[in-house]
Amino acid sequence: MSTLRFKPLDTRRWTLWSGYALLLAVLPLVFRQGFALTLLCQIGVTTIFALSFNMLLGQAGMLSFGHAVYSGLGAYVAIHTLNLIGAGRLAFPVTLLPLVGGLAGAFFGVLFGYVTTKKAGTPFAMITLGLGELVAAMALMFPDFFGGEGGVSTNRVVGKPLLGFITYGPQIQVYYLVAAWLFICTAAMYAYTCTPLGRIANAVRDNPERAEFIGYETRRVRYLVMIIAGFFAGVAGALGAINFELVSAENLSAVRSGTVLLFTFIGGTGFFFGPMIGSVLFGLFVVVLATVTNAWLLYLGLFFVLMVMVCPGGVAGLLMLHLPLARARRLREMLPSYGLAAAAALVLLMALVLAVEMLYYHALEATGSGPVMRLLGVPVDVLSAPPWLLVALLAAAGAGLLRVARRAVLARWDRVLGEIAAGAGR
Amino acid sequence: MSAPVALALAEVRKSFGKTAIIRGLNLAIAQGERHAIIGPNGAGKSTLFNLMSGRFGVSSGSIRLKGEEIAGLKPFEINRKGLSRSFQITNIFHNLTVFENIRCAVLWPLGYRYSFWRALSGLRDARERADEIIELIGLKGRREERAALLTYAEQRALEIGITIAGGAEVILLDEPTAGMSRSESDQAVELIRKVTVGKTLVMVEHDMSVVFGLADRISVLVYGEIIATGAPADIRANTAVQEAYLGTAVSHGGEDA
Repeated sequence: MSTLRFKPLDTRRWTLWSGYALLLAVLPLVFRQGFALTLLCQIGVTTIFALSFNMLLGQAGMLSFGHAVYSGLGAYVAIHTLNLIGAGRLAFPVTLLPLVGGLAGAFFGVLFGYVTTKKAGTPFAMITLGLGELVAAMALMFPDFFGGEGGVSTNRVVGKPLLGFITYGPQIQVYYLVAAWLFICTAAMYAYTCTPLGRIANAVRDNPERAEFIGYETRRVRYLVMIIAGFFAGVAGALGAINFELVSAENLSAVRSGTVLLFTFIGGTGFFFGPMIGSVLFGLFVVVLATVTNAWLLYLGLFFVLMVMVCPGGVAGLLMLHLPLARARRLREMLPSYGLAAAAALVLLMALVLAVEMLYYHALEATGSGPVMRLLGVPVDVLSAPPWLLVALLAAAGAGLLRVARRAVLARWDRVLGEIAAGAGR
Repeated sequence: MSAPVALALAEVRKSFGKTAIIRGLNLAIAQGERHAIIGPNGAGKSTLFNLMSGRFGVSSGSIRLKGEEIAGLKPFEINRKGLSRSFQITNIFHNLTVFENIRCAVLWPLGYRYSFWRALSGLRDARERADEIIELIGLKGRREERAALLTYAEQRALEIGITIAGGAEVILLDEPTAGMSRSESDQAVELIRKVTVGKTLVMVEHDMSVVFGLADRISVLVYGEIIATGAPADIRANTAVQEAYLGTAVSHGGEDA
């Protein structure tokens, strides 16, 4: 009765995954500077962490405010293992250290998950929040294991070099370690979404009550998902420990848990690749923007609020919205109106940046150096009227332009989508 | 009646606080029987279903499924023992496709449980069983549609599909034709007849033409007690039933038709 669907070679899937592997392989050839390489490592680690977080939030409907507990504890266990290797008391390859972190993450998933996953929904979220605080407080109570305020540091160049030359001393070698684990973890986590447990987790997300009436104990489903997500969080934690050679209480703090929630949401929880986009944005905001301006947290907050309000599906949701247009090869028709919207956004952004930077300069730095700051090389007197007039002018122009652009985008969108639907109906 | 008993309730009571909803209820449903439970609003029909399926626990009394005590068990435990229910308010997995909805419902009975080391695409038996069910409930053309985008009647059919997909021997349907037009309701009756062949069916239903067209036996529940059980003709002739409930319901049915 059912159609035979034997595909010895799903070419599209193969292209996608080999493209991903190739991208990971050539990225450091494009971004050669030390700073870029560190950034790539951080993005890679965050990608694993965010994907594991989305196993809970996007795929099982479990909003956790304490996911850093698992990555953080995984990182601690990994760094202590690394120090044991360094002291010569243990022979274990550094290459497989993320596995140790992963097993630690899974172990704490077994331990803590037993309590947290007893409940779903808001109670689950509250319990994870409490547990996160608990573990963070414990980190300061047991300085022998957690290293107190300073944390635990290490040296990653220990043991026998892999293949005779891979010591993980140079950053490029660390990058390829992260990239290899990122590829394996991405594949494994994607494969998980195509298993019975992965699909039942979706069912539990959609309608936990109904799942109970088709034979599934939803508590058990949540528990298992928590353990698996804990494993991958632990892998991410261990890789982070190798990358920074330092693990501190910050690694399991609420800030870390909040960050992964923020960027997973921005990337999009509805699609598997959403958190990957979120992690790249994490790199741009937390690492790049933070070195450029003091106000980065303010920009991040505004961006997050904007995303939640305008496109709750995240960047991935926004992209997938365009799939029907791309299939019909009519994406190009949207470009003029999008160009207009981009121009409006740019003008508004200029107004925002100018105002925020002037305020920050006045509040933080004006004390010693006078009222003249340099913005992109241009001297700006923050206490004079002209720049503020410019802000008002840009804001007004941007707002007006945005109104026009919004109408243009919506009109064009409805028309193109309507024509596609009419064409399909014929 | 010689067929073995599929579902037996003895002295079942359920109270919420001081309010008694089910007051010492006795009922035996034979294997293969199509049994309808009717009664005025607030009689306790939905509560009775919730007790039988494990959504609520009983205050006292016994519920036996094929001779085995199930009172006090959790919904998933009762489901695994062979009792499956549908809901009055459509209760499906909205963000999954029709196919995924049904496939989820066949995974446990086929023994795949919580497996995370097997690819779904490799489970031929699950796919074939799901496709059989989809064919049976008439949603073949909507296989890849998200459940949220189905019409109301299609969602009701999917609801029944999820309920029967696991192969349970005892099926509870809670107002399967609620909110449907006459023609949709006729189709639903056909569907119910088709999918419950060889199974035991217990249903709560307000539409008397559906009840009298489908049921082998009818029980009348009034104020937490069963005041009569019998063949449709007996129930129609029963003066106590007419006084308590049926007279008004039949005239309602007349307005609908």
